Amino acid sequence: MGRYLLGRLGQNVVLLWLVSMIGFGVLYLAPGGPLSQFAMVPGMSQEDIARIAQQMGLDRPLPVQYWEWFTRLLMGDWGRSYRDSQPVLHVIGSHLWATLELMITATIIAIFLGVWIGVMGAIRRYSFFDSLATIGAMIALSIPTFWFGLVTIYIFSVKLGWLPPGNRYTIGDASFWDYLHHLIAPSLVLALVEVAVWSRYMRASILDVINQDFIRTARAKGLPERQILLRHAMRNALIPMITLAGLQIPTLLGGALVTETVFTWPGMGRLFLDSLSYRDYPVVMGILVFSAIMVLVGNLLADLLCAIVDPRIRLD
Amino acid sequence: MTDRMVDTSSLTRPSRRKLMAMGLAGGAAVWMGPSIGWVGQAQAATPPEKPTGQAVIGFSQEPTVFNPLMLHIEVDEGVYFNLFSPLWRPGPDGNLIPDLVTEIPTAENGGISADGLTWRLKLKDNVKWHDGTPFTAEDVKYTIELINNPDFRAGRRAGHELVRDIQVVSPTELTWRMEKPYAPYPAILSWTFIVPKHILEKEADPNTAAFNNAPVGTGAFKWAERVPGDHITLEAFEDYHGDGPYLERIIFKYIPDMTVLFTQFQTGDVDYTGIQGISPDKYETAKSLEGRVVMPVPQPFVENIACNTGLPVFKDPKVREALYYAMDKQSIIEAIYYGLPIPTESFLPKESWAFNPNLPKHEYNPDKARQILDEAGWVPGSDGIREKDGVRLEFTNSTTAGNQTREQAQQFLQQNWLEVGAKMNISNLPPAVMWGEYWMMSKFETAMVGIGFGIGPDPDANDFFHSKSIGAQGGTGQNTTQYNSPEVDALLAEGASTTDQAKRKEVYAKMQEVTRRDLPYLPIFQYTMVEGIKEGLQNFKPNVAVQENCWNANEWYWAT
Repeated sequence: MGRYLLGRLGQNVVLLWLVSMIGFGVLYLAPGGPLSQFAMVPGMSQEDIARIAQQMGLDRPLPVQYWEWFTRLLMGDWGRSYRDSQPVLHVIGSHLWATLELMITATIIAIFLGVWIGVMGAIRRYSFFDSLATIGAMIALSIPTFWFGLVTIYIFSVKLGWLPPGNRYTIGDASFWDYLHHLIAPSLVLALVEVAVWSRYMRASILDVINQDFIRTARAKGLPERQILLRHAMRNALIPMITLAGLQIPTLLGGALVTETVFTWPGMGRLFLDSLSYRDYPVVMGILVFSAIMVLVGNLLADLLCAIVDPRIRLD
Repeated sequence: MTDRMVDTSSLTRPSRRKLMAMGLAGGAAVWMGPSIGWVGQAQAATPPEKPTGQAVIGFSQEPTVFNPLMLHIEVDEGVYFNLFSPLWRPGPDGNLIPDLVTEIPTAENGGISADGLTWRLKLKDNVKWHDGTPFTAEDVKYTIELINNPDFRAGRRAGHELVRDIQVVSPTELTWRMEKPYAPYPAILSWTFIVPKHILEKEADPNTAAFNNAPVGTGAFKWAERVPGDHITLEAFEDYHGDGPYLERIIFKYIPDMTVLFTQFQTGDVDYTGIQGISPDKYETAKSLEGRVVMPVPQPFVENIACNTGLPVFKDPKVREALYYAMDKQSIIEAIYYGLPIPTESFLPKESWAFNPNLPKHEYNPDKARQILDEAGWVPGSDGIREKDGVRLEFTNSTTAGNQTREQAQQFLQQNWLEVGAKMNISNLPPAVMWGEYWMMSKFETAMVGIGFGIGPDPDANDFFHSKSIGAQGGTGQNTTQYNSPEVDALLAEGASTTDQAKRKEVYAKMQEVTRRDLPYLPIFQYTMVEGIKEGLQNFKPNVAVQENCWNANEWYWAT
């Protein structure tokens, strides 16, 4: 186990290095560098741009810039944002909580609802409920989040006035109930698709398990259906879900761009897009490395958990 | 230099400029004059005794740079006007309004010497920084010196780099010398915000100073809070030296999507739709909203077809003239732009003091276009496309790919020009490619582009028209049409070195005649933008000379 972990970590470091190099290269080779947008600002001359590029060291060869960035990263210095000159980790940190709040709420709703719908669908396969759930899942998966979010705002905020039209809290209020009130619409919209995904996976997984020999054995033993489901079927059906959950970790921290945009939620998804469109390369690179770490950690955790839960899997 | 070129390289966020580029900005044919507050609300109310209430300003871009001298984008300036003070502000009528000074220095009052080289400024003595420290002439000196500090990432340096020997005569008076006369400098100073010496001089590196995220200014509102990615709150500064503030706080709310911004304006969560305003397709809906005032506001940008005069086909001014005749401008404005923009013949916005209203009016006349081309020896070939000396009257037109409004306008022009025997092919590119080297180094043939040519309220357009500003020929500017006119060069030089505004006005009037005649750019219209405020907000004054119309929030208050 220890050797396995060490090996994985070694692999991950190499992967991270590759990811950072490719990310850096692609970013800097894209047309229009970090200063391109400023060429259009009133009063900015080409001379100003050239001077600033030189002050910022952007006129140096790419490998030199990369090496400087990478060595600093290894020392724990992630650089500073071009936009607000704050340290990159500080910038990421300032958006992380908003994202976590939204994503965790949505994920909890999605897992509970998704698992329940999936299980019910599987044990009453082809029933009215199952068909309804299947159709519902298809619809949820095909509705564009952007549109759905706007419709939600239109109905519940503009027409009925029940929910706030986005934002994380009322500026100046910020009580617990205020946060909760603002959280309802975006978390449900975000959960909608997730519920669909989780219910489909769960249904398939249960169906897979429920036809296996040990379930038949349990039935033959005369165990109550409820106990078979909870003790035997669910336990085994949840194993693939762990992998799914592991893959969700980076998504959790990466934020949901569309939902965050529609509900003006100051999360990581927005931060990434804003940084990209402002050509704020230190932050873009920071998020890239951060997400890469999360993907690797998520995968590693999922693998470890699977090994713990499922004795058939051995990590060597 | 000044380019408010519409359209930039941002990937997904439509910036204000990009919006222009998309032709989403709208405006009305009738504009009642910029200096009046918005219709029907100016009379009744009086400002409150002490600051009351708040205004939420919705921005579709996020202000992030709070040292006003550093490299920043337009949206940041909306915050600066409320947090800091320039020496003087650009007024809605094009005149400068004293802010930190007691009077605008001119040749008449002795503030600027007759040769334009020696400046003397008199400052107000009742101005305080938000931390209570008195503002003095030292702060002005420090500000200009910081801009010229080689290690400081200053944004614009034009004009400031000509300042020499700044002498502080007394806390309320200072003088300096200019390396050469530079008439746009007063306009440049109207967007140069003064920063506190007593705070910044203690910082080791002004580029990463704590000040940059906790700014201290002399404006009507002081820094309260910033939640990155979400909002910025400013609170009333009771010791403000000017009028107001009457609001207890103003909040700049970042709402990245324009549809969402409009929804929040509808629900009343946003009191004013800043930067990109309301998209023209929602203008009708917006007008019918109860309790909201919605109006098109003129912008300083002009939409043009830029012709690359370095190409054989556009060397002949007759071709440009004929194409202009063959352009059905009015239909483009009516059918594609919701009738909102204002047709124009000039490169300046009509609110500019230097605007020439007497330019020849455009006429849509395909027959005349054909006649001009016939006379100039452009003969239709076998396929109907004209030719002269082996050069076909065929060219590409480029703009930002995916900009649907512009694409429609392009197709319209394509038809217009085909009728007179000119073939235009549409070749659009992603923003970063379009406005990068392709534009800057004149690799395009024709481009559909919106540009703000002046330097803020100043009509100096050296960067776009001077022959030394041609990037493709080793110049340092943005004269991408490669327009080379000794006449315009001379006029630009004269306009930049003359201090007398009346004389300058003549110079630029003449220059507008020449560019209207030579047509390196075929002007289409001046942009307008639909903006909305909640009813009851007093003293909202659109101003074509500033980046954001919340420039005077110190005067805002709610009617009770």
